Amino acid sequence: AVVRGIDPVEYLAFYRATWHGGMWDPMAHRFAPVCVPVASQIPHAVGLATGAMLDDAGTCALVYFGDGATSQGDFHEGCNWAGVFNVPVVFFCQNNQWAISMPVQGQTAVPIHRKAQAYGFPGVQVDGNDVLAVHAAVREAADRARSGGGPTLIEAVTYRIGAHSTADDASRYRSAGEVERWRELDPVARFRRRLHESGVANEELFASVDAEAKELVARVRAGVLATGPRPAGELFEWVYVQPPGTLERQRDEAAGDA
Amino acid sequence: MPEVTMNGALNEALRRSLADDERMLVFGEDVGRLGGVFRITDGLQQEFGERRVFDTPLAESAIAGVAVGLAMAGWHPVVEMQFDSFSYPALNQVVNHVAKYRNRTRGIVSMPIVVRMPVGGSVGAAENHSDSPEGYYAQTPGLKVVIPSSAVDAYALLRASIADPDPVVFLEPKSRYWVKEDGDLDAPGALPIGRARVVREGTDCTVIAYGAMVARALAAADRAAGQGTSVEVVDLRSLVPLDITTMAASVARTGRAVVVHEAPISYGPGAEVSARIVEECFDHLEAPVARVAGHDIPYPPATMEQHHVPTNERIMAAIARTVRY
Repeated sequence: AVVRGIDPVEYLAFYRATWHGGMWDPMAHRFAPVCVPVASQIPHAVGLATGAMLDDAGTCALVYFGDGATSQGDFHEGCNWAGVFNVPVVFFCQNNQWAISMPVQGQTAVPIHRKAQAYGFPGVQVDGNDVLAVHAAVREAADRARSGGGPTLIEAVTYRIGAHSTADDASRYRSAGEVERWRELDPVARFRRRLHESGVANEELFASVDAEAKELVARVRAGVLATGPRPAGELFEWVYVQPPGTLERQRDEAAGDA
Repeated sequence: MPEVTMNGALNEALRRSLADDERMLVFGEDVGRLGGVFRITDGLQQEFGERRVFDTPLAESAIAGVAVGLAMAGWHPVVEMQFDSFSYPALNQVVNHVAKYRNRTRGIVSMPIVVRMPVGGSVGAAENHSDSPEGYYAQTPGLKVVIPSSAVDAYALLRASIADPDPVVFLEPKSRYWVKEDGDLDAPGALPIGRARVVREGTDCTVIAYGAMVARALAAADRAAGQGTSVEVVDLRSLVPLDITTMAASVARTGRAVVVHEAPISYGPGAEVSARIVEECFDHLEAPVARVAGHDIPYPPATMEQHHVPTNERIMAAIARTVRY
């Protein structure tokens, strides 16, 4: 989202319950709003990419989902449709190995990337904690899609270090040891070491990046805390382009009560 | 006056809309080469090509979900759910996305999508081919729900639904597909979506119906007239928007109301219509609002559907009961 120029404050508006989907312009940033029903965004990406294909736009769509999503019908229907119509879409599965308390072994009997074969296009598994490997895999898949080569399923194997949410207690279903083993493979720390060892970056750069990060986080925290609730009238604003009379009356009555 | 059928009228509406709107797409199961199991999309693929009129895998959730993505890419999908209850696998996409995407994006991404489906019974069909699902869709804010009762109105309403910037669930009473009617598709005076129509004037009682039940309401009204009861019939034409003004004006005049629909009675659209009448016309009402509807049972096998779908007799009995009250 940040790479697409979305202000983190606008992104986090979703988690602050300011507005469903978040507060950014999805068309301007070419980045869809948060989609909650699991895997339901997958056919959207197929449709978006189909639309681009029909316009000969030469672009592709990239859709993210987790290991849990691959058990949903929409994953299979989306992949199947993309294979049948050779749609320029990249299916990116962040296999962080946990869907709340369900380990990936409870989602699939075979490695996720192998399911692509059933739908007629390549599936690749990549180390999700290796920044350059992931970048290369997505680059290759996007180029394939854009050049008419059709879809790709990328399974990036990573690990969910934290709990699913503040209401989750991961200690009930996995060992601390397992978490620690994966903590050592943290992609950010690992990439920092690689940059340092290859001489591409030095301590001075890391220091400036760290400083910049601290500043960004402080600004975002302040922005999020300052984000108040939206005016109640907005609840009625975008439900329809042309609202039914019944809804207009409800809006006016609600405004009267406000 | 030319003879038209709802089947032909819908086909013509799709054809003319495809010609007018180059961003319109028609897709669904068997809608291309076959022309649809009811031939509603007959000839469209030959005329407009496979890019704009195409057959899809047998996957209703994907049909609706892909439509969402296509709308995001600036296309106007008109998708077909082959039968009423086959739309249920797509409910997650229709309710959670088609209906809500514009609100979620604060007006930036609209969903100019039409989800067409044949509905209702009285065609001797197997299980799961005769449902009346309008209630599920009518209670989903963000959707409009349109149901024509005649061929000429089906043409006008489908054209309007396709042009509507909001998503429309367009329910086609399949028992009316092949009924021949005198009518001119180009006749002026088509009402927009959201306007009910008084299809028969009367003074003693108002019967409110939609879809296939309008013909039955008219038949009952004619027979009641023979027995000295003057019945007004109002065709709602859409459940969302619901034209309260027209129906309330009618009930205010007649003082009595009977609401007819095929969908099961409990929590059905008749309950909403009834509540609106009581709210708007309480002082005019001479009798409780009567509802004649399907029973609260799974739609019956073809050999028994006549015990479920409102008949002229049941409508007449309700009119008599209300007038006698």
